[in-house]
Amino acid sequence: MSVELTHYLIVGALLFSIGLYAALAKRNVVGILMGIELMFNAVNLTFIAFSRFVESAQPINGHVFVIFIITVAAAEAAVALALAVVVYRNRTTIDIDKINLLRW
Amino acid sequence: MLFLAEWWDLRDLGNPVGKFLEVLSDHGPGWLPYVASGIIGCVAIVLFLVPSQMVIVWAERRLIGRIQARLGPNRTGPWGIFQTIADTIKLLAKEAITTRHVDRWVFWLAPIFIFVPGITVFAVLPFGEGMVLADLNVGVLFLAAVGSINAIIVFMAGWSSNNKYALLGAMREVSMLISYEIPQVLTLLGAVVFTNTMSLSGVVQWQDHYNTWLVFLQPLALVIYLISAGVEINRSPTDIAEAESEIVAGYHTEYSGIKFGFFYAGEYFAGFAIAAVVASLYLGGWTFWGLEEWVPGWLIFLGKLYLVFWLFIWLRGTLPRLRADQLMAFTWKFLLPLTLVNLFVGGLEVLIWQENDLSAGLVLPVFAIINLALAVGLTVAWARFLGHGGPDSRPRRALLMKEVGAIVYGQEP
Amino acid sequence: MDDTGAVVAFWILTVMTLGAALMVVIVRNLLHAVLSLILSFIGVAGLYITLSADFVAVTQVLIYAGAISVLILFAMMLTPRAARDNAETFLQGPALVLAGMTAATIAGVAAATDWSEASRGPFTETAQAIGEALLNRYVLPFEIASVLLLAAMVGAIVLVRED
Repeated sequence: MSVELTHYLIVGALLFSIGLYAALAKRNVVGILMGIELMFNAVNLTFIAFSRFVESAQPINGHVFVIFIITVAAAEAAVALALAVVVYRNRTTIDIDKINLLRW
Repeated sequence: MLFLAEWWDLRDLGNPVGKFLEVLSDHGPGWLPYVASGIIGCVAIVLFLVPSQMVIVWAERRLIGRIQARLGPNRTGPWGIFQTIADTIKLLAKEAITTRHVDRWVFWLAPIFIFVPGITVFAVLPFGEGMVLADLNVGVLFLAAVGSINAIIVFMAGWSSNNKYALLGAMREVSMLISYEIPQVLTLLGAVVFTNTMSLSGVVQWQDHYNTWLVFLQPLALVIYLISAGVEINRSPTDIAEAESEIVAGYHTEYSGIKFGFFYAGEYFAGFAIAAVVASLYLGGWTFWGLEEWVPGWLIFLGKLYLVFWLFIWLRGTLPRLRADQLMAFTWKFLLPLTLVNLFVGGLEVLIWQENDLSAGLVLPVFAIINLALAVGLTVAWARFLGHGGPDSRPRRALLMKEVGAIVYGQEP
Repeated sequence: MDDTGAVVAFWILTVMTLGAALMVVIVRNLLHAVLSLILSFIGVAGLYITLSADFVAVTQVLIYAGAISVLILFAMMLTPRAARDNAETFLQGPALVLAGMTAATIAGVAAATDWSEASRGPFTETAQAIGEALLNRYVLPFEIASVLLLAAMVGAIVLVRED
């Protein structure tokens, strides 16, 4: 059998949903960040799969978009982890069930 | 002398392998030659690395002994040539202690994975003309990517040991590794800017075509790459991770027996990988201005590899260990601006060359002279600007007490 | 893609990636979760290679497995008394339902659509095309991305500075 676009899209969908579960259900901020990174990876995979399988005028667009997503994900991971470290410094915990001062 | 394509013409090792694969494809299914060539390549790399490492360990101990005005190992066989075998047998026979509260899986996997960056890099290196295991189009970036895995492995080893000194060593080591990745990647790019291709065999072909070595065109990049890659493999003077006099043994404190042997060997494999990258990118790989018609190209390549590794041994025996904050300041304040300027100047030169369609014979010597002057000038100027190396920063010799004017017991003041 | 080697590689890499991603949410030890995350990053890089995206694959290993993972490990190291048992919040049930529904919807739509695909062409070198695209057509996002990285770097340093 051969591997078609559908296979890559299903892999991307499954990866995205695993990342979504981790981002929603994890208690530790680092765990949430891991879920977000998994979602980014799933989206990147989908972009590259489309860039490879679907005819387009400029097939390199998917790759360029993925490079930008990787860049922005790196920047966002840096700031998010800096925030986690600062919150830990103030509260000695990075459990989001306990960092709830703004809850109504 | 022609490149004969007979299978016994060992100047190109692909000749005997090609004959073997031909025989295989006559007698087996279609995918067998492809898989067999991959396996032969991998086995050949490992068979080259392991005996090399054993010989080089002995050579290093003898050389460092001579640098330190002593003999080095001389008991186990004539000139101590069986020392490495004796050491390996000792390490195999030692008890590989696993303390109680270590993180089992990670503790056991770390010394196995420490080989991965060192060996994987050899897959993209051209040992000779056409003797590349995997001629990637993004070979240079592959080197950087695989080298960056090193930080994770070291962290795995240090964290899983459940030991304060190991964690401290791992932290220092990881911060050092990620800081020195930046000048490493930028100096690799400095070579790529000239050759217009990121595949390593393409870079060597460029050097063959223009009859020059990239060391003449990018001397500053070579020096900075030697320094930053030398830091990446934890060799003295930058072995703060395993500083034996400071933090017991750093990230491999808790590893005994053959697991320590793995870390030790992995360091040498990574050193070979760096030396091979320098030999391919900057020192011309398997080319030697025509000598490769007589001497096999891979012998020339191996000779250059061992020459660069001899340089590393020399540095280890001569320089004292740098402190962690000295290392950080060195890379962020000194090396990084220099690499950026080097990349900018290199790009400018290539632009002038390509836009005006000048001939290479005219332009390359001019570039070489300009780059050399720039390398020396920039290094000295930037060091002076940062406050080192001026006339009042020479270390003063210790003053004798009678020069200072101290009072010695029993004498009149 | 119908030669056996590529299909075998795809399935091995898929199992590795999805298995590692599942381990990220299932294991009870944060360090093991981060290491499985690194494994899934490398698996995704392998999937990029099966899609002939060589430059993006190497960039993925260099940045994700080499740098972002180190960031996550540093954050784990600098928060020593935080809980490291990778537990879930009280929203575990609804999150599971939502994730399941998302997976079902996207995968179902992807499988049910008839994609008008081009046949897979020969392998082309992407690094040069990406370089040209980044510096000709997409030079503005490229420069903005560099400013964004500078802002993120300065911001992270300012945030954790102890004054």
